[in-house]
Amino acid sequence: MILVTVGMQLGFDRLIEAMDHLAPSLGMEVIAQVGKGEYTPQNMEARISIAPAEFEQLIGRCKLIVAHAGIGTVLTAQRFGKPIVLFPRRFDHGEHRNDHQVATARHLDGRPGVLIAMDESELAARIDEGLSMNAGDAPISATAAQLRQAIGSFIETGKL
Amino acid sequence: MLLRETLEAYDVAFATTDAKIAAQRGLADADILPDCNQNTPIKALLCALVAAKIILKHRPHIVLSTGAAPGYFCLLAGRLVGAKTLWIDSVANGEELSMCGKLSKKTAHACLTQWEHLADGSAVKYKGAVL
Repeated sequence: MILVTVGMQLGFDRLIEAMDHLAPSLGMEVIAQVGKGEYTPQNMEARISIAPAEFEQLIGRCKLIVAHAGIGTVLTAQRFGKPIVLFPRRFDHGEHRNDHQVATARHLDGRPGVLIAMDESELAARIDEGLSMNAGDAPISATAAQLRQAIGSFIETGKL
Repeated sequence: MLLRETLEAYDVAFATTDAKIAAQRGLADADILPDCNQNTPIKALLCALVAAKIILKHRPHIVLSTGAAPGYFCLLAGRLVGAKTLWIDSVANGEELSMCGKLSKKTAHACLTQWEHLADGSAVKYKGAVL
């Protein structure tokens, strides 16, 4: 199953519509948390919001997450060891108050388990890549290892 | 939570504002603080008192916090009883250092951002990120 989520605050029709068009070709169930958008999906199960406990259950059993570029969602994906395709909200489409999701997506590009689709044309290819990843055995990222080491050093010596 | 493995080699106590999340993550014995922010001064005062009580109960050698206001109060209380204090700004703050990050620059012994472009070369350092 592929889980699509756009966060609880804003709708994100551009992503939902693109995923609805792709859904029949993906060969598996697609469940989408769509927020307050206007587009009504035809090819996937759509829910405005999903309670946290059920959301975690769905994350646990999905093979891939496709989401807006929200840090909270990236952290959840990482906690469950699931690959995630990020599709940033854009200011010029009126999808957020500024372009911070585009900046977030650029910064996270290349991290283990994180794939970036900057627009609809890149979505299908990134989903293919994500589905071919083995969930759960993503190595710990180099930056996470570095942070753990810095904290260990602070605890032991009082210095970073 | 993503740093838990690193911390569990030590005698560690957790404090949070949400008992449900603590229980969900297997931390039923976490200390609970009332949530507050800069717009809730009375709750903030209460939160600061609870933070002081938690710090006096555990007498930690080290206090780590990722914020926000309740974490800052724990860090401040820790500092007052002689603990070494480390602020780790949440990875969610990628545009600028959080309000608490800015405050903690002056309070904590060390201050980390998880975004390289937010390090200032002196008080705020970048040493990796949970992602």
